[in-house]
Amino acid sequence: MADASPVIAVRNLTKSFSGKTVVNKLSLQINPGEIYGFLGPNGSGKTTFIRMLSGLLRPDSGSGTCLGFDILRESGKIKPLIGYMAQRFSLYEDLSVRENLNFMARIYRINNMRRTVDETVERMGLSRFANQLAGTLSGGWKQRLALSACLLHRPRLLLLDEPTAGVDPKARRDFWDDIYSLAAEGVTSLISTHYMDEAERCHRLAYLAYGDLLVSGTADEVVSRSGLKTRAVSGANLHLLSPELKPLAGVEQVVPFGSTLHVSGHDEELLDQSLNSLKNGKYTWQKIDANLEEVFISLMQEREGG
Amino acid sequence: MGFGGYFSFNRFLAVISKEFVQMRRDRVTFAMMIGIPILQMIIFGFAINSDPKHLPTVVLAGDHSVFSRTIIAAMQNSDYFKVISTAATEEEAAMLVETGQVQFVLTIPEQFSRHLIRGENPSLLLTADATDPAATSNALSAFRIVAERALARDLDGPLSHLRRGSPPVDVIIHPRFNPEGITQYNIVPGLMGVVLTMTLVIITALAITRERERGTMENLLSTPVKPFEVMIGKIIPYIIVGYVQMGVILLASYFLFKVPIIGNLFLLLGVSLLFIAANLGVGLTFSTLARNQLQAVQMAFFFFLPSILLSGFMFPFRGMPVWAQHIGEILPLTHYLRIVRGIILKGNTFDQILPNLWPITLFLVISLTIGLKRYRSTLD
Ligand SMILES: Nc1ncnc2c1ncn2[C@@H]1O[C@H](COP(=O)(O)OP(=O)(O)O)[C@@H](O)[C@H]1O
Ligand SMILES: [Mg+2]
Repeated sequence: MADASPVIAVRNLTKSFSGKTVVNKLSLQINPGEIYGFLGPNGSGKTTFIRMLSGLLRPDSGSGTCLGFDILRESGKIKPLIGYMAQRFSLYEDLSVRENLNFMARIYRINNMRRTVDETVERMGLSRFANQLAGTLSGGWKQRLALSACLLHRPRLLLLDEPTAGVDPKARRDFWDDIYSLAAEGVTSLISTHYMDEAERCHRLAYLAYGDLLVSGTADEVVSRSGLKTRAVSGANLHLLSPELKPLAGVEQVVPFGSTLHVSGHDEELLDQSLNSLKNGKYTWQKIDANLEEVFISLMQEREGG
Repeated sequence: MGFGGYFSFNRFLAVISKEFVQMRRDRVTFAMMIGIPILQMIIFGFAINSDPKHLPTVVLAGDHSVFSRTIIAAMQNSDYFKVISTAATEEEAAMLVETGQVQFVLTIPEQFSRHLIRGENPSLLLTADATDPAATSNALSAFRIVAERALARDLDGPLSHLRRGSPPVDVIIHPRFNPEGITQYNIVPGLMGVVLTMTLVIITALAITRERERGTMENLLSTPVKPFEVMIGKIIPYIIVGYVQMGVILLASYFLFKVPIIGNLFLLLGVSLLFIAANLGVGLTFSTLARNQLQAVQMAFFFFLPSILLSGFMFPFRGMPVWAQHIGEILPLTHYLRIVRGIILKGNTFDQILPNLWPITLFLVISLTIGLKRYRSTLD
């Protein structure tokens, strides 16, 4: 791991569609074996960025390498080394699970095609569905098939675009187990997601908003760098408290969280001052760390505020 | 009222305006909706002429008398014939008919004027390429009258007695290749080209568009597969489909319609590869232009319509005005029909079909080049 040159290193990558900038001067480095999370609201440019890495879209400007190859000029060398899973299921619905895998194995010119496909079907738990048409699989199994298809050729980098959207918790857990064991083998993953629990599972993450990279780092770094202070309130009839909290000076967010309310703001002094007026014994107050979601929402609020 | 609730005029308007917005956004559909009726109007209104005129004719004149010249001049004036040469040899004339460059050969026998003056009722032989009966029938019936009237004017004074009684000349008509004038002989082999055009263009136009529409293109483009591999990989299966279609039509022609197959079938199968590939090239080009499958089908029809109407399949080629013939000459189907009819009905050899082979080849090269150039290996 000592002299590990980054798997992905891009500088000022920019892409616009008919005059609208979708990815704006994005710079990013991802190291070997890392699981890198990609977050941000819909339309932030996550998919566009991943497509530029995989050679599906040509950046307007900027430069970068992927697995040591230039993303602008050497996408032909990059493609055999990556596994790309599109946001939308993009295998053939009118082919069976095995036919799809056979097709992909042939495209990647895998030796021992039959054995590789058999092993993959077995290992990914697809045996039951091997002869079923891909179009008839449930969302979770489609995702599993898509992941299997992009693992056949043992890629060194996985680019996974919202791989777990609409997938049940058990299937998500299985998926992450796979990603972790692949990471242990040195496979790097870039995963876009909307799930906060998945964001926390990533070694590092980046938050994108409408083309701009707002923050990146480990989950802890992102939280502490945001400077957001949070208090948790619990007690009876919290829903009555919420409208009272929102207009208070220093209160930027009030979010229900299980049986508590999370109240956050950047100015700790002002926040506590405002909250003091409500500390009348009916509720219990507790100082806690802000969570990722609160940080991201606060980032968006700041951005929109100016 | 009934029918599950009340009718809302506003909802109705909302639907209409939404449809209009969608229609406006979908430029190709819009263009097709306008284009197809216009095309049909032009073709049916102006281009179709079941009474072909100015049919190319050569004259084998064994006699250079004033009577021969009168007959040739009268043929020209009748509008049905266009005499392109009066100095051909017999072999040249035969070749011109076989390759379809002329429709008629008029043979004026030696000593024609002498026999005529003596009242010996000499014969005039008009040989016709009757592959397409519709193209020749009117001209053939006109010829007899044209010849007799022309001679009637010349036969005056001392010769006026020849005008009385039976006609002064004996007009012999010799329809070649399809002597009974059976329309199926012309239509059925032609159908081969039409069916290949229709199905192959549509199927290949859909091939790549379908990948884009279903999102599978995204997966394909992220793999190391090359555009050319995708294109060729999609073409080959349809070439096989094309040959199956040909086989069915050939069997039906032979056994069902009893079409005489005179020429070399292997030659036909061989040159058909070029025609099939030319159509696939068109289909692939369309599939790189269309944004969805519906557009792809529409484009295929936009190509199919002039192909079927202006190629000489439905209507005699020489019956169309010159501008329509020019369009027809561009289309591969026009040339393929001549090749198919030439080989099957006339026993054409490779040399004889060559003039119709290179336009198809040129078309193929151009369409495949455009198709490959337009095939985007990225999603932008
Ligand atoms: N091929 C395209 N043509 C035009 N606009 C596009 C195209 N792809 C994406 N966009 C636009 O770019 C923006 C970012 O999209 P995307 O990268 O899919 O975001 P995300 O994956 O973060 O949701 C969106 O506004 C989207 O409409
Ligand atoms: Mg996306």
